[in-house]
Amino acid sequence: MLPDLSQSEYLRYSRHLLIPDVGLEGQRKLKEASILVIGAGGLGSPVSLYLAAAGIGHIGLVDCDVVDLSNLQRQIIHGTNRIGVKKTTSARERLLDLNPEVEVDVYDEPFTSINARQVAQNYTIIVDCSDNFPTRYLTNDLCVLTGKPNVYGAIYRFDGQVSVFDARRGPCYRCLFPEPPPPGLIRTCADGGVLGILPGTIGTLQATEAIKQVLGVGEPLIGRLLLYNALDMSFESITLRKNPNCKVCSSHPEVTELIDYEEFCGAPASDLEAGAAVNWEISALELSQRLRTTKSIKLIDVREPHELKISQIEGATLIPLSQLPSRLSELDETEDIVVFCRTGSRSYHALDILRKAGFRKVKNLKGGINAWVKAIDPKFPMY
Amino acid sequence: MPILRIPSPIRSYTGGLSEVMVQGCTVAEAMQDLVRQYPSLKPHLYNQQGSLRHFVNLFLEEKNVKDLQGLDTPLEEADYLLLIPSIAGGGDQ
Repeated sequence: MLPDLSQSEYLRYSRHLLIPDVGLEGQRKLKEASILVIGAGGLGSPVSLYLAAAGIGHIGLVDCDVVDLSNLQRQIIHGTNRIGVKKTTSARERLLDLNPEVEVDVYDEPFTSINARQVAQNYTIIVDCSDNFPTRYLTNDLCVLTGKPNVYGAIYRFDGQVSVFDARRGPCYRCLFPEPPPPGLIRTCADGGVLGILPGTIGTLQATEAIKQVLGVGEPLIGRLLLYNALDMSFESITLRKNPNCKVCSSHPEVTELIDYEEFCGAPASDLEAGAAVNWEISALELSQRLRTTKSIKLIDVREPHELKISQIEGATLIPLSQLPSRLSELDETEDIVVFCRTGSRSYHALDILRKAGFRKVKNLKGGINAWVKAIDPKFPMY
Repeated sequence: MPILRIPSPIRSYTGGLSEVMVQGCTVAEAMQDLVRQYPSLKPHLYNQQGSLRHFVNLFLEEKNVKDLQGLDTPLEEADYLLLIPSIAGGGDQ
């Protein structure tokens, strides 16, 4: 039996109660609903805010990060006075302020194959607001194996994608993307940037789909991928079909249990073993000392040209990561090389490219130019 | 010539171009022409055996070419081919 509404809830949700497709029964369905939001960042902010405002009775939030100043350009659930606070704590406070009638359970832990089933067991809909491929594949497999809809959203710079992957009624994420792109090709928002408004657009579309699922109204985005481009202000919808050979949702699946995807997705540990990676790093302090004692270190900045306006290391040569494979002939294998980017992520892939090309005297600046600015040259800003 | 739409995550490999005119009578030929024009894309889009990687999705008229004739899908002069990438971003958790 659906839960009753309190007197104050009738008033709070009056604009829903006026819509015939929602009405009192629909609002009671929303109150009964339980939705898990994976990620309390750019997408998770609008998703969880609108789900709470709409009166979704049980909301779960998974995130193990803390609020950072650089989050606030897009993660509107958090505030300046929450910098340094756990995102789940910050988000829960905001959601309960917006709507104290809903329950918000938080999971301040990494979402892994170990805990995913347990975390998700009390929720009927999963909203994927994550920011990395391992979590996306894990979320997909979890939804397929437990028979739950996966309300998917992803963003990059000015582009967004939305779909509802429900293997019971259509394709799953793996039907479309059987494997992730090779490491280094598709950058994360942390490396490549994202328009702050973009997760607002995509997140509200995800929240809309989640609410439609609960109400059982309209045409869900099952079997369709919605593509949004903010620059063109265009929406395109493409048709998706179930892959008869899908490794997880076909009639003969290879994946029948949750697995972790760090290696599958080419996370750093796959190419350079975690322990050995340290030997390929150099700290800002050590680099500074070595530059003072020897002039023969070749510094390669693998950022994009427009980033030079923010910060630079004197004497560095700019070779954007995307151009590195075709410009290896400009480098000398016998020379000591240090690669760097903003935080060390893109240059990590540059290091991998150089190592595979036979360069052995190459190191990655740990923490990137931000670490350099912090420790050595504070006249530039960190970004 | 058919036009191939380049998604923003890999536009740095096409000099920032969002659309590339490609030669070819089939999807396979069009993709070969793309990496001939922009060789640094090749290792990302093709595996070491020379096959297109599984994450590469190509759509013609809103349909996945895998549901048509795959890489053998014929292309007309005015066709518009969409390359759909997998993106992971969520505005950072």
